[in-house]
Amino acid sequence: MSMTLAEKILAAHAGRERVEPGQLLEVSVDFCLGNDITAPIAIQAFREAGVDKVFDPERIALIPDHFVPNKDIASAMQVKMLRDFAREQGIPHYYEVGRMGIEHALLPEQGLVLPGDVVIGADSHTCTYGALGAFATGVGSTDLAAAMVLGTTWFKVPASIKFVYHGRRKPWVGGKDLILHTIGQIGVDGARYMAMEFTGPVVQDLPMSHRMTMSNMAIEAGAKVGLIEPDQITRDYVDGRAQRSYVFHQSDPDARYEAVYDWDVSSLDPMVALPHLPENVKPVTELPEISIDQVVIGSCTNGRLDDLREAAAVLKGHKVSDHVRCIIIPATQRIYRQAMQEGLLEIFLEANAAVSTPTCGPCLGGHMGILAQGERAVATTNRNFVGRMGHPESEVYLSSPAVAAASAVLGRIAHPEEVH
Amino acid sequence: MGCACCHTSKKANVLSGRTWIFGDDVDTDAIIPARYLNTSDPKELAFHCMEDADPTFPSKVQPGDIIVAGKNFGCGSSREHAPIAIKGAGVACVVAKSFARIFYRNAFNMGLPILECPQAVEDVKEGDQLEIDLGSGTIQNLSTGQTYQAQPIPPFMMELLEAGGLMAYVKKRVQAA
Repeated sequence: MSMTLAEKILAAHAGRERVEPGQLLEVSVDFCLGNDITAPIAIQAFREAGVDKVFDPERIALIPDHFVPNKDIASAMQVKMLRDFAREQGIPHYYEVGRMGIEHALLPEQGLVLPGDVVIGADSHTCTYGALGAFATGVGSTDLAAAMVLGTTWFKVPASIKFVYHGRRKPWVGGKDLILHTIGQIGVDGARYMAMEFTGPVVQDLPMSHRMTMSNMAIEAGAKVGLIEPDQITRDYVDGRAQRSYVFHQSDPDARYEAVYDWDVSSLDPMVALPHLPENVKPVTELPEISIDQVVIGSCTNGRLDDLREAAAVLKGHKVSDHVRCIIIPATQRIYRQAMQEGLLEIFLEANAAVSTPTCGPCLGGHMGILAQGERAVATTNRNFVGRMGHPESEVYLSSPAVAAASAVLGRIAHPEEVH
Repeated sequence: MGCACCHTSKKANVLSGRTWIFGDDVDTDAIIPARYLNTSDPKELAFHCMEDADPTFPSKVQPGDIIVAGKNFGCGSSREHAPIAIKGAGVACVVAKSFARIFYRNAFNMGLPILECPQAVEDVKEGDQLEIDLGSGTIQNLSTGQTYQAQPIPPFMMELLEAGGLMAYVKKRVQAA
């Protein structure tokens, strides 16, 4: 009996020959994680269960990334809970400011989440690791606590939807545009409870950073996971990083899908999601003049080195508009250092952009770039809900780093070709 | 659906309350904005519950009230603070056309009863009085006399509830090992 990629990974972790959509399974967890917002509740639940030891300290990461460097006393107390728990339990993968990064950029970079894994994270964008061919999904704090005790979790096997991308990408069109297009087509609950599988020649040609951007936003269509079959590009990324052995799973050619979408994306333009849902997607070429106050380039969606290179290619030799604050946030310390060594930071500073230490910060309206009433931002982040980046009457437009950078220069939402 | 705190007796399984209506795709940032997530205290979170969807909600919601919403309720982040805030505000149950999957899991883990019932959502008006039997999934609109049948609770979720929630279930397993 044939299986999809999602089904194969779950079967392997449930010790079964085969599984089917709708089945409930207890599966072993290769890795689990929590951050400074979600882990405190998990630690509390862990303590209330009266358990002394986590199942395996090496298989847990605690990453303060949302409100760090600590934005206030309450945030500092939450981070302290993580730090103290990591010390007590001997959890090595706790990352202090100066070593940390945004969790979903950091863990793949460090080779801690790998192809074929089952990963759960108390953060909805845990689905990012689907780009490596891992069954990775967001859960709440209590589910994290249970996994920290048992080393297992339960899943209903999701049905899979296949997305096949054909054609030739136009210049300045990448993973962000493909996933925004996809969410625009199926809606914010178009893949609710399901596994999305991204495939086809266009995806097979994408570098790992763009693949991660796509998988990252699977949750924005309601999906459980956003998977990409691992290939040579995956192997080249993982080799040299992997801290454990890993397994490549592939969907069987005759695997069953709930639906198959087949798109030629040759005519796709850079896409923008308008307030206040990621499904409100329009090509940048069809937008009226929309003036902006802020640009944020970063986050677990688009804060990787390729994203910074893309922004720098647009910003080089230009200045950010007088009316715009442009905030650029490398997602990890390593990315920050690489950006410095490649001269990207020089380009950003020359353009009058601000460069921040890694943090989720403004993406969720935490700190480091909060919007005032009536303000508009173009952001390379993942959500544009009401109040997401600040005042409930502010607006967030989601785009690629290239569109964000071009918009920063022109002070309105712009196509990169208008600047480059 | 039921919850850990209400399933113990048949009587406790029936709840009754006044409704507040919300639309489709109510996201977790609307339920509890991230700017308040530097705490997980239910009382503090309750003070801001649904604030970005309706700023007056925290001041007008009463213990035992019921939230009625459209499709994909609780989409967005995995924050368990969302069901904590709703429960902390005294809301007894959420009835929606459908729920986002992480919120669905979290609600069970937190002991917030939630029910899927598209027809009831279509018909109910704000302020209607509902009586809900969590055991059978029956929803009665006392204001109109209409009765609805919600989706039954999946057996595995019932098992979790009967164990007293996820962590109680985990504790039992650890002690048995």
